[in-house]
This record gives sequence, structure tokens and C-alpha cells, in this order.
Amino acid sequence: MSNEKEKSRFMRWLDGEKDIYEGNVELKPQKEYVLTPQRLSEQEQERRQLTERTNDVERNRVYLFFKSAYVVLAVAFCLTFIFVLLWAVSWLPPVGNAANPDNNEVSARYIERGLQETGAVNIVTGMILDYRAFDTLGESHVLFVATITVLVLLRKDKGKKEDNDRVYEPKNDTILQKVAFILVPMIMIFGIYIILNGHLSPGGGFSGGAIIGAGLILYLNAFGFAKTERFFTEKTYKIVSFCALSFYCLAKSYSFYTGANGLESGIPLGTPGAILSSGLILPLNICVGLVVACTMYAFYAIFRKGGF
Amino acid sequence: MTIIEYILLGFLVMCAVSVSLSKNLLNSILIYMSFSLVMSMVWICLESPDLAITEAAVGAGVTSILFFVTLKKIQAIRQEDKEDE
Repeated sequence: MSNEKEKSRFMRWLDGEKDIYEGNVELKPQKEYVLTPQRLSEQEQERRQLTERTNDVERNRVYLFFKSAYVVLAVAFCLTFIFVLLWAVSWLPPVGNAANPDNNEVSARYIERGLQETGAVNIVTGMILDYRAFDTLGESHVLFVATITVLVLLRKDKGKKEDNDRVYEPKNDTILQKVAFILVPMIMIFGIYIILNGHLSPGGGFSGGAIIGAGLILYLNAFGFAKTERFFTEKTYKIVSFCALSFYCLAKSYSFYTGANGLESGIPLGTPGAILSSGLILPLNICVGLVVACTMYAFYAIFRKGGF
Repeated sequence: MTIIEYILLGFLVMCAVSVSLSKNLLNSILIYMSFSLVMSMVWICLESPDLAITEAAVGAGVTSILFFVTLKKIQAIRQEDKEDE
């Protein structure tokens, strides 16, 4: 039936070439709006009446009512909220008390056996990417889904011509460009350092990725889309995000399959303190960092011009 | 050490109040940015440097930039420029 050279219906729908509603849904032809002098005068009269009615402050009862009601309600709401929060805080147990409910066997075990089981010197990363790696997987996917949603909402259609290309270009600011020329490499290296040292020192995939994303945004602001498109396009984003997320899925699935609780998984933990240590945490950190950096940059690019 | 912490916490409360009271949207974003920066210092005082780095990068950096772009998109910044002229 279908010709091999032609794309399938699904692929055409996916690329947006075929409108599935065309021919299937009854669409009424729209009448073009013509601005006659009569309509124009009607519009003007309406607008004048509306402004007169709304600007008549002294007799506008609705306005007067809400003017005072909003203030009273806002103050009452704030005071209630503050009271409830302070009341809840007064019930909190004192900080550092040995009998606090958070001082139980779970945290004791993490502190005692964490280094031995995960191999990460930084216990926070050991927690995020080993004991609770499933949560982090969900967080990465939330970021990915958020990008897709923003893309759906703000995307410009492919066929449409941009009204003014110059709007999205930088104004060739010399100060900004010189500063970015010095700062961007340092920001990038700092971000990479934070990602790679996530299991040794404070930081990790999320913070390092955010720093790299901020560096990319600074570079984009200084030098414009023409320069960034040489190394970062929509295709790059797709490939990097897909690879990072699926590698994360596969690695963690393997870890869960082998027991997920410090059991024998065949992945050496190495000596704590070395860069190549703590098993899966380093590659997982790199994956999270890539996803976060791409997402931050993609958000900015979509906000700026509705695409990459 | 505790005096610095109290100063920082007081600054946080001041920022939070002035963000909601400021009429100018641009000023609100700048105050919000400084709120995030001070918050990251407070995280360091509370001995959680991981959160401090994330707060500085995401809260003070990326979120504020996105707010700026949104203001530019809805032409809230440009309008003020015209009013100044």
C-alpha cells in the first residue's frame, strides 16, 4: 500500500506536515473583519464609556469596596499565615537534641556505613546518587519534561519568518564581550570541576550543570546565536539528553537488578578519595550535569527566540 | 558568628518584604537575586555547602536571567526606558 519513498502517516504527523483535523473536522470559513467607519465610532464610544465609568472613582462602588477589601484581606491573610507558621515552629524540637525524631537508625547507618557502601567521601552525593538515586532519576526527568513543555508553549512555527533577526542578536557590546571572553572558560572549568569532584567535595551533577548552563547563557548573550549554533543546536540537545537519561536508567536498573544495597554488583568502588572511585556515582554525576546544563541553556534559548 | 547569622537572617526578611512592596518589577528581580545570594551564605553557615552552590547557581543565576528575559518578552523593561526619555 504505502510507498517506501514516502514517509509514513505517523512520521508526517510527527513532523507537522499533515494536519490531522484537515478534512475530518468541519471547519467554518472565517469572515474577514472589516473596519467600517460606523464600527470604528462604536468602538470608540464603548471605550470612552468604559474609561469614564472606571475612572469615576468616587461613585464606582465596586472599586471602592475592593480597594478596602483587598488591603484588609491581604493583611489578615499575612497575619494568619505568619501566626500559623510561628505556631508550628514553636512545636519543633530543639536543634541538636539527642531525642529528636530525625536522629534515628537511618541517618546513623548512612553516616557509619556510607563511605564503605558507596565509596563517596562526600556523603551527600553518596546519598543522592546511590541510596536515593531513583529520586534523582525522577528529578532529571522532571527537568526534561519541563523543557518539552516550555518548547510546546513558546515554540515558533518553522514556516513563519522571524519578524526581525536583529532582535535576537547582541548589540556587540565590547565590555560584555571582553568580560565574557575571560569569564566563560573559568565558569566552564569550575562547573566541570564541581561535576567531576561531586563525590569528593561539595557539589555534584545538579549544581555543576547549572553553573555550566549559566556560562553558556553568558556566552550566548555576549556573542549571539550564530556562534552558539556551531556547537549547540536542537539536535545536540536531543542526543545529549536522550543519551544521558537512558544511560542513567540503564546504570541504575543494573544496580537495582543486582540488589541495590551494597551487594556484589561487579563495579569496583576504588579507593575513597580518588577521582576514579565510588563506582557508578561519577558517571551518574556526569549524566545529571549534562542534562541540567542543556536544560538551563535550552530554557534561555527558547525564551529568547522560541527555538534553539 | 551568630551576629553575622542574625544580620543575614534580618537581611532575608527585609528582602522578602521589599520584593512584595516594590512597584518596579526590575527592582523586584534584583532584590530577589540578592535574596538568593544571602540565602546561599546562610546555607554555608548551616553547614550545607552543596545546597549553597546550587542556590547560588540556580537561584541567583539562572532563575533571575529567566525572569529578566520574561520581562523583556512582555516589554516591561523597554516601556520604562521610553518613560524615562
